[in-house]
Amino acid sequence: MTQATSGIYLDNNATTMVDPAVVEAMLPYFTEQFGNPSSMHQFGDRVGRALKTARQQVQALLGAELDSEIVFTSCGTESDSTAILSALKAQPERREIITTVVEHPAVLSLCEHLEKEGCTVHYLKVDKKGRIDMQQYLDALSNKVAIVSVMWANNETGTLFPVEEMAELARSAGVMFHTDAVQAVGKVPIDLKRTAIDMLSLSGHKLHAPKGIGVLYLRRGTRFRPLLRGGHQERGRRAGTENSASIVALGKACELALAHMDEEKTQVRKLRDRLEQGILQTVPNCFVTGDPSNRLPNTCNIAFEYIEGEAILLLLNKLGIAASSGSACTSGSLEPSHVMRAMDIPFTAAHGTTRFSLSRYNTVEEIDRVIEAVPPIVAQLRRLSPYWDAAANAPVEEPEAAFQPAYA
Amino acid sequence: MWDYSETVKEHFFNPRNAGAVADANAIGEVGSLSCGDALRLTLKVDPATDTILEAGFQTFGCGSAIASSSALTEMIKGMSVDEALNVSNQDIADFLEGLPPEKMHCSVMGREALQAAVANYRGEVWKDDHEEGALVCKCFAVDAVMIEDTIRANGLSTVEEVTNYTKAGGGCSACHEPIEEILTKVLAEQGKTFDPTAAPPPPAGKPKLGNLARIRRIENAIEAIRPNLQRDHGDVELVDIDGKNVFVNMTGACSGCQMASTTLEGIQQRIVEDLGEFVRVLPAQAMQTAAASAD
Repeated sequence: MTQATSGIYLDNNATTMVDPAVVEAMLPYFTEQFGNPSSMHQFGDRVGRALKTARQQVQALLGAELDSEIVFTSCGTESDSTAILSALKAQPERREIITTVVEHPAVLSLCEHLEKEGCTVHYLKVDKKGRIDMQQYLDALSNKVAIVSVMWANNETGTLFPVEEMAELARSAGVMFHTDAVQAVGKVPIDLKRTAIDMLSLSGHKLHAPKGIGVLYLRRGTRFRPLLRGGHQERGRRAGTENSASIVALGKACELALAHMDEEKTQVRKLRDRLEQGILQTVPNCFVTGDPSNRLPNTCNIAFEYIEGEAILLLLNKLGIAASSGSACTSGSLEPSHVMRAMDIPFTAAHGTTRFSLSRYNTVEEIDRVIEAVPPIVAQLRRLSPYWDAAANAPVEEPEAAFQPAYA
Repeated sequence: MWDYSETVKEHFFNPRNAGAVADANAIGEVGSLSCGDALRLTLKVDPATDTILEAGFQTFGCGSAIASSSALTEMIKGMSVDEALNVSNQDIADFLEGLPPEKMHCSVMGREALQAAVANYRGEVWKDDHEEGALVCKCFAVDAVMIEDTIRANGLSTVEEVTNYTKAGGGCSACHEPIEEILTKVLAEQGKTFDPTAAPPPPAGKPKLGNLARIRRIENAIEAIRPNLQRDHGDVELVDIDGKNVFVNMTGACSGCQMASTTLEGIQQRIVEDLGEFVRVLPAQAMQTAAASAD
């Protein structure tokens, strides 16, 4: 299958192309299938049946025991907020949260906000490869903790956390466990009924469904308080008329993801490794961030030392190649990515981190074009860099001492 | 994606004067590695005439940092050192046909590298008072440190006051929550609590303004008037402030307009009202005369 648009899209952890089969499945729900699924007539009934099918398709991909454990929301962020706020509301005597320093802002910003409202948040640290400190986790677990929220896979590095093991530990301590799995769903096999995970967030647009649709998996029996109250939709757990076209689309996308799951760990992984090896072999002074032996099959994050990521992206974009960076400038913030900082990656490398995230639509021809394009771009920017000795084509001696700008 | 002007893109894709000048006699190194922007500026200055003969840059930074460095070197080549010091960060941004608010600091870095290089040439030590906080107001590019300092220096207690002193929050108003948070924090340090319903204190009990806040108020007053002048294809810019004298340049249709003195009076009235003190608004041409009469 070819890309729908021209250019080489290697930013699938940001968002994905909607699969043409998904578009086809959802289109009738904008036109003839316009009914409200809550209605008592045939217009509503047909949509209601489609939602039931979609719910089962999501259930199958997640390996959930029951389809009633699937709650449709508007996005991954809503699912995260719903899970964490529900745990606090349902257990008012518990005012602590355990999470990690490398979570997505959907969880981190909420936790920082909850701290202002009096909650205590334990942020688990990671080592230089982005791996969690399990002893710190065990020490933080107590009957004061309302919820543990730990991402399944990191969006920047693809590093996988041992969420199944952590969920077991939470369960034995009597603590609820939530995982933000927006990057993992569709890329690694998941079988929730065999785990102790109580809640899981997923986002449609990360797996070839449209934007604006998400899911909160809610294990039966988990104490729950809705974020949005109102109508009886989603069994009263998420009020608001269903986004039926997008729900149907997500169902179809989940069905396709399940059918293509093997391709992720074979074809996609092979292309990712080819890209990574191709770049590492030709570009000096660069390295892979995160834990290369334990990560998503589609993600490769490379730190190019002594140059800055936004500049890399602009030059890649000129050649039609789409990637993403952890530099401060790409987000308009004052610091490079919190994930890179948490792993203690030096500033001179953190700003040059570049993420390539693949999908099953990428081809070997595309990957080879990127392998060819990257070395000259890196060389071009290094010629401008005060840390680089253009004549020797190597970093200047003791780069950090040779260039010491004021107010660094 | 950033909304970069064509000139920014052009200077990024084809940077001018990249690399170090071989026998440089003026070197400035500024920037912040945590922010991801740092610049080494090398100049070759003719000691006999103080003219900048060559300029080169080496930049670790994003697209607009590289474009700002390139623009700066183009602008100052051939200038005397004193002329070059008059290049402001806004001049660099204007040369590039504008920068996004989040990226204005790239032009500030260019100007500071120039100051550092000139200090190096003159055998002086360059010291900067640069401290940058997280960007709070995106409409007017005001950061958290600026807001905190202004609150402290002027004893501010409401969002409205913060807007009056710094402009922050005066545009789309999306940053009112973070401004309230900064107020809460600073007031707590002084043992006070932030009251969102508090009315700003009456201007009668006017606070003694710090220099910076006073300048900013004058700037704000002029900014508020400019749209009226622009409607008639004129404009006004602040040139300098010397005690009670505020010097402005009337440009466009205002320059040479018969009504110019009336317009100046209008501007003066507005500034006096906003400032709560008397000032004289004078055309910039009057600067030397005023200086002479003051002596």
